[in-house]
Amino acid sequence: MLIDKKIERQTLLLTLKGELDLNTSESLRQTIDNEIERRGVRTVILDLEGISFIDSSGLGVILGRYKKLLPMGGKIIITRVPPHIYKIMELSGLPRIIQFEDLPNQEDGRKGNRYEKKSL
Amino acid sequence: MKKNLFELKFSSLAENVGIARMLIASIAAQLDLSLNDIEELKVVVSEAVSNAIIHGYANEPDKFVYLTIEHNLETLKIIVRDEGCGIADIEQAMQPAFSTDPERMGLGFVFMQSFMDDLQVESVVNQGTTITMIKQLGKIQPSQH
Repeated sequence: MLIDKKIERQTLLLTLKGELDLNTSESLRQTIDNEIERRGVRTVILDLEGISFIDSSGLGVILGRYKKLLPMGGKIIITRVPPHIYKIMELSGLPRIIQFEDLPNQEDGRKGNRYEKKSL
Repeated sequence: MKKNLFELKFSSLAENVGIARMLIASIAAQLDLSLNDIEELKVVVSEAVSNAIIHGYANEPDKFVYLTIEHNLETLKIIVRDEGCGIADIEQAMQPAFSTDPERMGLGFVFMQSFMDDLQVESVVNQGTTITMIKQLGKIQPSQH
């Protein structure tokens, strides 16, 4: 999995490409935790447009970062999730606790649409 | 259609989870399953193999995971076996959100149950765990390509 990292003040934008599973989730965890602890990041935005696969290892890392940021007053935002990845996330219940945003028109500055939250 | 059988033995390494997924994806594609079905099968294999590595073998890299995939026209059977620590309480382990690791969501069995038509878990403490999953293929015709 490739992780492209951008930081602006306390916001970390990670653009991920590849598969998020047991083999790759640990590097994502370390990347986010390092920025939280060393640089005081409090908002983490995960751009998942390039993610082709996710399982409970990947979902667990995202949920774990949410739990870590919450008591610090921080948050995690997930954007541009491919439909088949969102389906897995939906079954896990993640969209009920984590903010999802779709930002397809980021380049022209228009605000993206929030995903409709659905329960199981 | 004749029965088709694949057996794969591999080291309990995290990088092998993706290889196990590639195998089921290739077989499912040959069976002309939908992209959605293929994605779901990749998830269940990933979960079962990850469970074997993380829980069965506690991430010890010098053990082996055994993956068997068998199909005919009607059914696709996936068996994932380890010779690890076993599960003391299978019922508890299969509860949604049950996990021995706070970083994990305890969703492995939820996905396996949701995406497959049958799931059997056999486990003996200190001997290992065998997960058997079946998907009914119905009247799906094999690929003519």
